[in-house]
Amino acid sequence: MKAKHQRLTLVLLALVALIGAGLLAAYALQDQASYFYTPSDIAERKPEAGVAIRLGGMVEEGSIQRSVDGVTVQFIVQDGTAQQLVTYTGITPDLFVEGSGVVADGRLDANGMFVAETLLAKHDENYIPRELEGIDMTAGKHKTETLVQ
Amino acid sequence: MNRWLLWVPLVLFGLFFAAVAVGLMMPKDNIIESKMVGKPMPEFALPSAIEQRPALSSADLKRGKPTLLNIFASWCVPCIAEAPQLLELQRAGVEINAIASRDTPQDVANFLNRWGNPYTRIGADTTSKVQLELGSSGVPETFVVDGNGIIVHQHIGDIRQEDVARLLELLKDAE
Amino acid sequence: MIAETGLIALWLAAALALLQFALGAIGLRAERNDYFAAIRPVAVAQGLFVSLSFVLLIWLFLRSDMSVRLVVMNSASVKPLLYKFAGTWGNHEGSMLLWVTVMGLAGAFIALFERSLKRQTLVATLAAQAFISLGFYAFLLVSSNPFERMFPVPAEGQGLNPLLQDPGLAFHPPTLYFGYVGLSVAFSFAVGAMITRDVGAAFAKAMRPWVLGAWIFLTLGITAGSYWAYYELGWGGWWFWDPVENASLMPWLAATALLHSVTVLATRDGLRAWTLMLAVVAFSMSMIGTFLVRSGILTSVHAFAVDPERGSFILALLAIYIGGAMALFALRVGTVKEGSRFELVSREGALVANNLLLSVILALVFIGTLYPLLVEAVTGEKLSVGPPYFNLATGPLALLLAAVMAAGPLLRWRRDNPKALLNRISIPVLATAAALFALALFTTGMSILSLLGLALAAGVGIASFAPLWKRNLRRTPIHTYGMVIAHFGIAVALVGMASESSFTEERLVAAKPGDEITVNKWKLEFEAIEPLAGPNWTALEGRMTAQYGDGVLHEIKPQNRMFAAAQTQTSEAALLTRWNGQLYVVLGDGDSEGRWQVRVWWKPFVTLIWYGGILVALGGLLAMVGRLRRGYKQRKQREFAEAML
Repeated sequence: MKAKHQRLTLVLLALVALIGAGLLAAYALQDQASYFYTPSDIAERKPEAGVAIRLGGMVEEGSIQRSVDGVTVQFIVQDGTAQQLVTYTGITPDLFVEGSGVVADGRLDANGMFVAETLLAKHDENYIPRELEGIDMTAGKHKTETLVQ
Repeated sequence: MNRWLLWVPLVLFGLFFAAVAVGLMMPKDNIIESKMVGKPMPEFALPSAIEQRPALSSADLKRGKPTLLNIFASWCVPCIAEAPQLLELQRAGVEINAIASRDTPQDVANFLNRWGNPYTRIGADTTSKVQLELGSSGVPETFVVDGNGIIVHQHIGDIRQEDVARLLELLKDAE
Repeated sequence: MIAETGLIALWLAAALALLQFALGAIGLRAERNDYFAAIRPVAVAQGLFVSLSFVLLIWLFLRSDMSVRLVVMNSASVKPLLYKFAGTWGNHEGSMLLWVTVMGLAGAFIALFERSLKRQTLVATLAAQAFISLGFYAFLLVSSNPFERMFPVPAEGQGLNPLLQDPGLAFHPPTLYFGYVGLSVAFSFAVGAMITRDVGAAFAKAMRPWVLGAWIFLTLGITAGSYWAYYELGWGGWWFWDPVENASLMPWLAATALLHSVTVLATRDGLRAWTLMLAVVAFSMSMIGTFLVRSGILTSVHAFAVDPERGSFILALLAIYIGGAMALFALRVGTVKEGSRFELVSREGALVANNLLLSVILALVFIGTLYPLLVEAVTGEKLSVGPPYFNLATGPLALLLAAVMAAGPLLRWRRDNPKALLNRISIPVLATAAALFALALFTTGMSILSLLGLALAAGVGIASFAPLWKRNLRRTPIHTYGMVIAHFGIAVALVGMASESSFTEERLVAAKPGDEITVNKWKLEFEAIEPLAGPNWTALEGRMTAQYGDGVLHEIKPQNRMFAAAQTQTSEAALLTRWNGQLYVVLGDGDSEGRWQVRVWWKPFVTLIWYGGILVALGGLLAMVGRLRRGYKQRKQREFAEAML
């Protein structure tokens, strides 16, 4: 390397690396980011089967069914207008109950069933998954206690 | 060329700042208003939370007289803060019913012994089921219910001194 | 009265910080030596007062003084003493006070012990440090006073989030804060150097211990955080690419880059502008991390109480500090003289490659973390970016970085012969090839990334010791050992990560007491479910025994805990550690037929991930001790020489 403009070379190198990072990120994000859907979103424009998405809504009352093997649950997630059938194999999160808010990562299978890989359910006032806000439902949870602070 | 490149970090930071500032500005709607305001009280029947007070069902809230329905819990600090205001409302002749959210009889009794008991009836909502049906998303919350069991108003958070007059007015209007 | 005394001490400290800043700013402008002399005692006094304030807050927590709002909100008198103590910083106000306390102490330390730096640069550094502290003081005093009283006085506190009630986590936040503060000191040094245009080896040598210290704490913090998430969440994973985790990873990446570039500046006086920029970026990352966690702008599984108003405040501070520093950089760096030059194939070249790769990885993590926010701001669509993106984007680059790490220490400064490098690195390359061959032959179904990771780890592990080859081990400087151990630690962690991701075996069953569960060579006997009560929780405990092959019987007891105060439930995973891995058992809910969900993982060599992290931190510690000792010796020699003259 001609040493004359070493600093400029380094700066350009850094810039190229940065732009490279941006392009790489853009490329990877295209396939790997999972969009957030509510049951009515799925009803409107169904995502392709097998594409990773994130589903959020409320667990329908009386819909949780444990299957015979004891480790798979099926339940309905609803947002007031539409419903989506979900299946999940694994230990259900603490305080996952009917009527609670839930966010599930997973994909739709060929039959339109949502197969959840992870399940996030929080049933305390400290937390509301941000995506659940604004959904037409009569049961969101948040920390009203903070109002006095 | 060289000089110009030196501003790149600042520009990138500016972009980040703008994106995040927009994110922060976005209304977060952390306070979730119930969709039940203006609608009739959902049907429910809760067992009594403590021995000294009777149980609470939706039928108790449509007896012709406007009432307050307070949702509280012994584990909630703002509920302590609003206790004097609730007592004041009770002294003003308001009937206040309560739903104790996810609580035990012992804790509720201790709480009321210490901070005063303004309630006529207390229902124990151990799973928050009724609370959720009401569209309440936290404690404390207070609903103004008219004599026919229609929810007129929802007060989110603790009742402060300055809220008392407004609640009394709302109760009067609901007659 | 304690709370009021604490508040007064805090106000005094803030006033002293203002004085410190003014003395520096005016002194530098007017070239007043008396101002320069006064700034040191002021910095020391500020450190003392802010420490007093923090100690008083700890005292209030230990006494469970329920007339203080912060104590009510974050503590409970029934809580074990350790958590009352940790409760002091387990909340927003307390953690901010801790931050500013450590910063004040660091300023006092610099004022007392920094002797090699040019006077003006030191004064500018202390002024910059005071300026940063002022923002935090304002934050505390205006919007989040930790000493605020509460009336009426409640009988009992709100308790602490039970998830956070864990000895590991009690000390996790302070560890990260020490790291952040170290980076803030490095930032102050950089700003000071930019103001006086005094960027050179002396500046780098003064800054280096702080960068090293920060980096050690960040390494420990991330390692501990990862282990905490691993056993506390009960999900079996050790890194979730969650925003909170990324918030702690990004400063570490920047600090790692800074650590290596500052070495070039200190030894070879090269990479001046780049090092300054990295110091600014490293501190921005720690501030941005704090902002992301505290503002609640991103969704995270680590639920913290969040408040947009606080977010705005941190963002405003961020804009002033980082925006200001970057503008200063753009204005000043052009006039900073260029450092010495080097060839592409040289130690410097390898360190530049290290820096570029780390920066790209940092950018990828940064973009991935903020992308959901960006998309929502622009299109209103909601999405999440998870492990698939981060693994795909950063994994290959991390492996490339490991390869550079193996080669770098074998290169000479300034210029080297590529052929000589090939010669020196031949054994590690052969080891990698052999490992690759063996793995391809004897294993099936490994992902390419893990395969390469394991193979590369073999080469890197050997190469990390190569700098000691043919050297007199007793005369090798301590900091060289530090580098060797840190690089070896990376190789160890790499083995753990690759092995965990490829060889983990898992079973998920609904089992009745009396059932047997087998995973790999493990046989688990599910004996009974028993209720259990702790100081502030009740639990159901699964009694099980585990046996590896025909080995000894081990007892394991996973739990499902209910916390009384906050009505929250957590799964306590049971871990059984053996030399070759960990058995990880989680107890789920029971059903009406008397069966219980049980999830069992056998994770070979997973512990190496955290042992590797500890080795890396240990290497950093050795490097720091070595550098400080050498600096001390050189100063003594210089003083001796001067005395002789």
